[in-house]
Amino acid sequence: MDSKVIKTSKAEEAALENILLVSSSPHIRSNESVQRIMLDVIIALIPAIIGSVYFFGLNALKLILISIVSSVFFEAIIQKAFKKPVTIKDLSAIITGILLAFNLPASAPWWLPVIGSAFAIIIVKQFFGGLGSNFMNPALAARAMLLTSWPTHMSTFTGTRPDVVATATPLAIMKYGMTADGAASTTVEAATSASQSAGAELPTLMNMFIGNIGGAIGETSALLLLIGAAYLIIRQVIDWRTPVFYIGTTFIMLMLLGVEAQFLPYHMLGGGLILGAFYMATDYASSPVTPIGRIIFGIGAGILTAIIRVNGGYPEGVSYSILLMNVATPLIEKITSPKIFGEVK
Amino acid sequence: MKLDNLTFNGGVNVPHYKGLTEKLTLEKALEPEIVNIPLHQHTGAPCEPLVKVGDKVKIGQKIGQSEAFVSAPVHSSVSGVVKGITRMAIPTGLTVNCVIIESDGMNELYESVKPKGSLEDLSSKEIIEIIKEAGITGMGGAGFPAHVKFSPPSDKKIDTILVNGAECEPYLTADHRLMVEEPEKIVIGLKTIMKAVGVDNGIIGIENNKPDAIKALKEASKDEKNIKVVSLKVKYPQGDEKRLINAILGREVPSGGLPMDVGAVVSNISTTKAIAEAIIEGKPLYERVVTVTGNGINEPKNLIAKIGTPFKDLIEQCGGFKEGAPGKIIMGGPMMGLSQYTIDIPIIKGSGGILVLTEEEAKPAPIEPCIRCGKCLEVCPVKLQPLHLSKYSLKGMFDKTEKFHALDCVECGACSYICPAKRPLVESIRMAKREIIAKRKRNR
Repeated sequence: MDSKVIKTSKAEEAALENILLVSSSPHIRSNESVQRIMLDVIIALIPAIIGSVYFFGLNALKLILISIVSSVFFEAIIQKAFKKPVTIKDLSAIITGILLAFNLPASAPWWLPVIGSAFAIIIVKQFFGGLGSNFMNPALAARAMLLTSWPTHMSTFTGTRPDVVATATPLAIMKYGMTADGAASTTVEAATSASQSAGAELPTLMNMFIGNIGGAIGETSALLLLIGAAYLIIRQVIDWRTPVFYIGTTFIMLMLLGVEAQFLPYHMLGGGLILGAFYMATDYASSPVTPIGRIIFGIGAGILTAIIRVNGGYPEGVSYSILLMNVATPLIEKITSPKIFGEVK
Repeated sequence: MKLDNLTFNGGVNVPHYKGLTEKLTLEKALEPEIVNIPLHQHTGAPCEPLVKVGDKVKIGQKIGQSEAFVSAPVHSSVSGVVKGITRMAIPTGLTVNCVIIESDGMNELYESVKPKGSLEDLSSKEIIEIIKEAGITGMGGAGFPAHVKFSPPSDKKIDTILVNGAECEPYLTADHRLMVEEPEKIVIGLKTIMKAVGVDNGIIGIENNKPDAIKALKEASKDEKNIKVVSLKVKYPQGDEKRLINAILGREVPSGGLPMDVGAVVSNISTTKAIAEAIIEGKPLYERVVTVTGNGINEPKNLIAKIGTPFKDLIEQCGGFKEGAPGKIIMGGPMMGLSQYTIDIPIIKGSGGILVLTEEEAKPAPIEPCIRCGKCLEVCPVKLQPLHLSKYSLKGMFDKTEKFHALDCVECGACSYICPAKRPLVESIRMAKREIIAKRKRNR
């Protein structure tokens, strides 16, 4: 007696066997995709891109486009050279391109983003295994490299539009304004008068918020960056923990380090804090995956940013803080492994 | 105690695709000409056949049993003649001895199938014996013999029986329909279990997407002081028993432990209904509700099918496959069901559904590198780190996966479902679990 009692023709049975896909469950997948996540980040950056063109003129647009095109180009070239599948369709190189350009001054020469994106994509990203394996944020690492190599190009902030008056960033005004008279100024007036002697004055807070100030192309408009950030949080692309703890800690640390209350809003809105906290510190590959790890990452970056801004040699500390926390990420992840359900000690 | 919208931490929202069958009343499947009844369709020892080729059998007659405590007897689901006892593939992936019976279509009941008396007159011991003799196993999938579950060691103090009406697997509506159409039996079944275990607290938990079932069971249990119906938030895997206990009782089953370690026993809806029938009708477990569904099938249905009925028969009764070839045939739901390579396999006690996916739906998505988004951590109900577990497993570093608690994985598949890079997360963790267990056996 064998299974022929079941009335199926052998041919039919064999045919079905060849068609049916057999695999381990689950058999359905969500609509989430890497490409969709990257697209969301690009969408979130669009308001700030438009803002940068409005504030800094067509040169900003030119730099952004050069940066995007060269990032995508280098990704494709290096993957071809390594005989790996070309993955430019995942859109991640475009984000690196935008973020890198956002870190440049509007007056930067055209070749600066080209060299920057080559470094970001080839050395920081692909040498370490490509998407998801880079241990540092590629755009920030490239910015650090460019700043070290071409400090003048990277820190000359000249507005290209005639009505953009600022020629130094608010953070620089505060920093060098404060130290110009050899002692820490404790009031806005003192800082303003000190910086006026240096030929610059602090902009209004309203201009700080909308972004009508000196600075790198993409970092100036808190308003437009926050609109994009809200989109990313609603779409659950980024975790609120990192940016909230980052910005919160920076605020508290600056207070503890004795920064006058009047200056605090300038510290929050000026420099790359908003851009860094929402768009760079949340980079998946170079920040922890554990919820507590993300909080620690934010706190660590906040402490470092405040210390660099107040005690360091640079007026701005966001990028180095994030890079330092990037390299601490594996360690943070290790010590913040979540306690599993029902774990018995 | 909170009674509504209870839930657990983690989990994922999966579209439930239940619309295909949730409104369709239960329907008896056509009488099969041949049934192939596996002698091993439960967790535990396989049964030895009690019949031989040529024997005449009746419905409900015991045809296989084992002396082992952890096992469950099997019964004939038709009246007819035993045509053979042979090894055949069954939907769990095993090849086991099956009793092949040709039905005579008479549907004659075996003599022992008669009411066992009223619940009040039966002792706890007698009830457990009836449940054991009826061959009742967990019908949610794992197939654990019910009488074993209801006989906890004396040092485990049980205070609550939970009935699992979550049915969180997408597509499946077998339990849903039973709750709507036979709520009285489910209440009787629960009372039976409460008496068997000696507990006076029974709770039925149902996901919010089944308001008709909640209503029906509330109505059916309105005179029972010791039974409560609670609603659960719709979230996968709410029906995992440890998640259910956590949501309803707020207790955490310890790692490696069982529900009885926190004073609870959980019973599935179909199982609970089968227990009621074992008492009031004396009916062994020889048929069950099977949801035949999916976009690859012409007329989805909720069928009452006899154990041993070939998948093929039920698929035919549901109008066969839709135009074009079927892509995947799954026993159970899409999240934890088992995909099959043939339809010449029998319905077993744990078959809650036959799901047919179209070729398009079954097409595997290309796997991309992990981008470390951390979504798998967010959805894992056990708070594991699937991305790390999977990475180590795929590299063959199984010791490392053990340190990351691979054995605590409940294999719900929420991580693989949510993964934007479509990585084989639960699949590789499953592999690691097998390797760890195999190594432990070797070292013993």
